[in-house]
Amino acid sequence: MESKGDLRAPVSQTPLVVEKPKDTSAIGGMVSIEINEKKVSVPLGTTILEACKMNGISIPTLCHHDDLCVAGVCRICVVEVEGMRTLQASCAYPITNPMKIKTSSPMVRKARRHIIDLLLSEHYGECYSCFRNGKCELQNLAKEYGVDSYTFGHVEEPKYEVDKSSYSVVRDMSKCILCKRCVRTCIDLQEVGVLEAVDRGDNTHIGTFLEKPLADVICINCGQCINRCPTAALRANDPSDEIWAAIDDPTKHVIIQTAPSPRAAIGEEFGLGAGHSMTRELNTALKRIGFDKVFDTNFTADLTIIEEGTELILRLYKALVKKEDVALPQFTSCSPGWVKFLEHYYPEYIDNLSSAKSPQQMFGALIKTFYAQRAGIDPANIVSVALMPCSAKKFECNRPEMHDSGYKDVDYGLTTREMARMIKEAGINLPEMPKSDFDNPFGEASGAGLIFGATGGVMEAAIRSVVEFVLGKKAEDIFEKANIIPLRGFEGVKYMEIPIGDKVGPVPDLIKHLVPNWDWLKGAVLKIAVAHGTANAKKIMDDIKAGGKFSECHFIEFMACPGGCLGGGGQPIPTTPEIRKKRAEAIYAEDESLELRKSHDNPHVVQIYQEFLTEGPCSHLSHELLHTHYIKRGRYIA
Amino acid sequence: MEKTKRKGAVIFSKYTRGEGIKRLLSISREEVLFELRDSKLKGRGGAGFPTATKWNIVAAAISDQKYIICNADEGEPGTFKDRVLLLEYPELVFDGMVIAGYTIGAKQGIVYLRGEYEYILQSLEDYLAKMRSDNLLGKNILGKEGFDFDISIRLGSGAYVCGEETALIESLEGNRGEARNRPPYPVNTGYMGKPTVVNNVETLASVPHIIVKGGEWFRKYGTDRSTGSKLFSVSGDCGRPGVYELPWGTKISELLDLVGARNTKAVQVGGASGICIPKSQFDRTLAYEDAATGGSIMIFNESRNMLHVLKNFMEFFVEESCGQCTPCRIGNTKLLEGVEMIEKGDFTFSYINQLKELGRTMQVASKCGLGQSSPNSFISILENFKEEIFNGNGGAHGK
Repeated sequence: MESKGDLRAPVSQTPLVVEKPKDTSAIGGMVSIEINEKKVSVPLGTTILEACKMNGISIPTLCHHDDLCVAGVCRICVVEVEGMRTLQASCAYPITNPMKIKTSSPMVRKARRHIIDLLLSEHYGECYSCFRNGKCELQNLAKEYGVDSYTFGHVEEPKYEVDKSSYSVVRDMSKCILCKRCVRTCIDLQEVGVLEAVDRGDNTHIGTFLEKPLADVICINCGQCINRCPTAALRANDPSDEIWAAIDDPTKHVIIQTAPSPRAAIGEEFGLGAGHSMTRELNTALKRIGFDKVFDTNFTADLTIIEEGTELILRLYKALVKKEDVALPQFTSCSPGWVKFLEHYYPEYIDNLSSAKSPQQMFGALIKTFYAQRAGIDPANIVSVALMPCSAKKFECNRPEMHDSGYKDVDYGLTTREMARMIKEAGINLPEMPKSDFDNPFGEASGAGLIFGATGGVMEAAIRSVVEFVLGKKAEDIFEKANIIPLRGFEGVKYMEIPIGDKVGPVPDLIKHLVPNWDWLKGAVLKIAVAHGTANAKKIMDDIKAGGKFSECHFIEFMACPGGCLGGGGQPIPTTPEIRKKRAEAIYAEDESLELRKSHDNPHVVQIYQEFLTEGPCSHLSHELLHTHYIKRGRYIA
Repeated sequence: MEKTKRKGAVIFSKYTRGEGIKRLLSISREEVLFELRDSKLKGRGGAGFPTATKWNIVAAAISDQKYIICNADEGEPGTFKDRVLLLEYPELVFDGMVIAGYTIGAKQGIVYLRGEYEYILQSLEDYLAKMRSDNLLGKNILGKEGFDFDISIRLGSGAYVCGEETALIESLEGNRGEARNRPPYPVNTGYMGKPTVVNNVETLASVPHIIVKGGEWFRKYGTDRSTGSKLFSVSGDCGRPGVYELPWGTKISELLDLVGARNTKAVQVGGASGICIPKSQFDRTLAYEDAATGGSIMIFNESRNMLHVLKNFMEFFVEESCGQCTPCRIGNTKLLEGVEMIEKGDFTFSYINQLKELGRTMQVASKCGLGQSSPNSFISILENFKEEIFNGNGGAHGK
């Protein structure tokens, strides 16, 4: 049994899995089965679905998802097993005995067709006007099974009102087919627990706490449910009409910043396999669509490293030297889903969150101040768009405190999917675009900013700078090619210790006015950790509460989404562990191909501290523009 | 009590409180299993799984914790025999649980009591308290070293599906009452992930008799494949409704005579999820191998409209499907719509035949027993009473 702490949302259903043997050559490790009269042998505990996939036999699925525990509720994957009275859901049936399986018998085909017909009879399928048209799993199945009429009727009118209350996630329950992927995502994968099946029988539907609108429950806006919805029951709140209007308005100066993860994934929307970075092609496409300037969010990612890193150094200095009471470990604050998760579930820890804004919001504040001044444009006429892999960024830019430029710092958060559609609508085939560079004055950014897109990336970027700052050595001399491998990969929680040793370097000029020397760090061991997906974040937070090893950490990176931003709720659908792995590879490969790989080496960052934020990081002006505060929301919303 | 119309020779035979538990002081777990296997006792909830096999798997399982759960979520329409057992013969049920605990190695038993039976909760709690004070429950039961066992009672909340054993376990764990995927079965991965036996009230009530009087004695009653006796909850158009204990193998016609039923047109065997048997088949026997039932017998005389009967059942399933799997959630709605179409005379025979085919898909493709059995009445009533429904006086005429 999973432990059910008092903060744990109820598990959607106890995941029941048969442990696969570690050594399949052991006696009983492999089971001989027959699939469609072909003899094969599979490891004990393999599901029928996996066994079929391994042997090139395709079985349709709807409620199954590689990221989620088994549900076995849609029944589309049923197969015939010799000797059993009923058909078996292949996704849920672990093979432990020899068996004969038929995947396409008359009974199976009839059952599948019935199930599709039944789902269609309840699904409000307005396919022409649906954003999942062509990418809907139910639509695909109907096509695959040659559905040419509605055997059991069809819904003509929507049954539920569309819930557009949230800045991030729109719920249209008339399109829901009750596969419960969103429920399993919210409860099991993210441990947020906002969505659950309500009522029973014919009235069953996915509901929120007391059927409140999504904006009024403790949804963290991560959008992971959207990524796993097979239909259009869940989608992001799309601002593209407003953005088109701004582009078409000659009085508006429309700029866009692009984050690294959408660039590594948007090719998927144009038929490329996962893992093709489209950064420079995208620059050209955005210009052709009509954006006046295209900036690289990685610039403010580099700035985040300087601000957040300085903040960490100050916290440590206060704690170790001045013996002041400061909140440690410091938590990253780039992920707005994570921030809201903490505000709801662990409000007593908001002082641990770095006050540094996320790169998106730092950029927003700089565009309507620094950039507006430089370019001589009235900030009132600037429309600032952020291309993000994220649905929570839409909420973040609408947080009332994000008005430090005197205007709404970022006007619109746009997801990768929405951007792809705008590009298509403009008649542009992205992969065919010539390559072009980002616009000045922010220009190119470092590889450190780029790897923010993958889990562990913020920490790796920070460590590259911190070791150079403190030890006075090149990061390359400590980590091969400056790649900090222990922080990479998709393990849920990563932990690393970096001993400082006895030799420290000189304090760099940038922060010399804040700390006199590094002597106080001699012999210290820097303890850091990384978590991605809020279920993993929760593991660390509960450990901290209990005074465990993570409470002794100095700095912890948290990302709300599995895999980090590259697995964000605004990224192309579908998402699987393999797809996320390929996106990560693309990001790390791009980082390694760059000359500039450390945030503090970014000449534009150096320049902004020389020309604009002249008092340095964590100074008065930087606090005004680049830092923020948080709200203790708690788990109950009035 | 007035409801018990006929006390038979097995369940209602003489039994002294605690007798079965005392027997355990002198016999081993293996001997209990031997008698149980010898008795050929099958699950009384309806599915008829051999009880000894179930117990044997859990007894053989290696686990720090095992459970015996008494399924007292008596929710099948027309069933009320477990209520009688719990009210009048709690010693049989609870002694049966203690014997099960001893045999399978469980220290804890749980009664999952139907929410609507809350009014008997107190009497059951009182009875358990008495068992504890008499050391029939608790530590070192009747002085036997290491023989520890206790029983707690938990109330359901009114969902029919929670009578399905895996949904019952989900409910006990505090989750939504929905059936689990199987395998693994509760005997391997049950309550709290531990090996668990889930038995019907009546199954457990049979056990003390078998332990005291022997499996051979039990086998004397009933048929070869359906041993012992069965409690039938008889309701509907008859002179003497109530609970009857009859040996398995009793003919439907014999039962009808016994309960004073006249002008009977149909007998619904097995509740809403069972099958509807027409007059021409009244010589069929009540047995696992013929007309199987968890106990519900509903009698309909000539004055009844079978389409209304069917509609009533389908309305029940539309409401009581847990809603998780597609065939059951939407399928039952479609079957009910079909019944309503027939009622209005606005249907085609080809569509009704398609619905019957859908019913057959539901029987094989639904996740649990609820959806697998809910089309039974739709199919059997439309097959067995097609004359009345489609051609008789006032019957529906399709297009």
